[in-house]
Amino acid sequence: MPLDPTVVGTELPTATMTVDRGRLRFFAKAIGETDPKYTDVAAARAAGHPDLPVPPTFLFSIELEAPDPFSYLSALGVDLRRVLHGEQSFVYHAMAYPGDELLATPRISDVYTKKAGALDFIAKATRITRADGTVIADLQSLIVIQNPGGTA
Amino acid sequence: MIGIDSVAVGDELPPLQAPDVSRLTLALFAGASGDHNPMHVDLDEARSAGLPDVFAHGMLSMAYLGRLITDWVPQERLRTFRVRFAAITPVHARPTCTGRVTDISVVDGERRATVEIVVTLADGTITLSGDAVVGL
Repeated sequence: MPLDPTVVGTELPTATMTVDRGRLRFFAKAIGETDPKYTDVAAARAAGHPDLPVPPTFLFSIELEAPDPFSYLSALGVDLRRVLHGEQSFVYHAMAYPGDELLATPRISDVYTKKAGALDFIAKATRITRADGTVIADLQSLIVIQNPGGTA
Repeated sequence: MIGIDSVAVGDELPPLQAPDVSRLTLALFAGASGDHNPMHVDLDEARSAGLPDVFAHGMLSMAYLGRLITDWVPQERLRTFRVRFAAITPVHARPTCTGRVTDISVVDGERRATVEIVVTLADGTITLSGDAVVGL
């Protein structure tokens, strides 16, 4: 199903997360992190950090703190079961640490179709800022929708 | 960690062997990352879409690549990090992360290395490929 091109530029609901050590340790466990500076405050401080560093890809999780982070897909008529992550990028501006209140502001930056409608694409741009306005990172995501009956 | 003055084009990063992807790992990653898409943890949901099984979050493998990089240089030197997800990662797959320095140049007054990064499964499937730029 072709996506409505007028959604380009739509701001999606913002989400916030106040980073805490427990959630970072949970993430470290899930990804098998063995470097102690991601779980042990003393090790982080010995490496020059004020606290546990927020790891590079955790910033993708800020917008997932929204109450229903995939609702924009259902609103576009997209079946979540047919969605794949196509590309992801991060441009880093500053480190983040526990206690930081991070704000994610996602926006639909493009939609397009390939393979005669078998694949739809949604590009999303998200800026992560700290509550004091410091820009932490700029993220871009490409979401791929495999349409039923397609040959892809 | 490396001596960053000695980084040269062609250098290989020490590979990172991730554990076999288990259902427990996917459940932990769903909770820790906040990505609760049931296609990664709920077999009933996967089957209802015609798939034989759940599959790993792409961002789990990107997190492994993040570990590859931060094992090599301090994270505060990471400038950009991007990947294309080329294939899904099935349950029980064994992802290996590798990286190679492909360019060193001065950008915004800073000497930076570009590292091409890849995740490969035991059967040779490339699941992620991309690059990271780090300040030296």
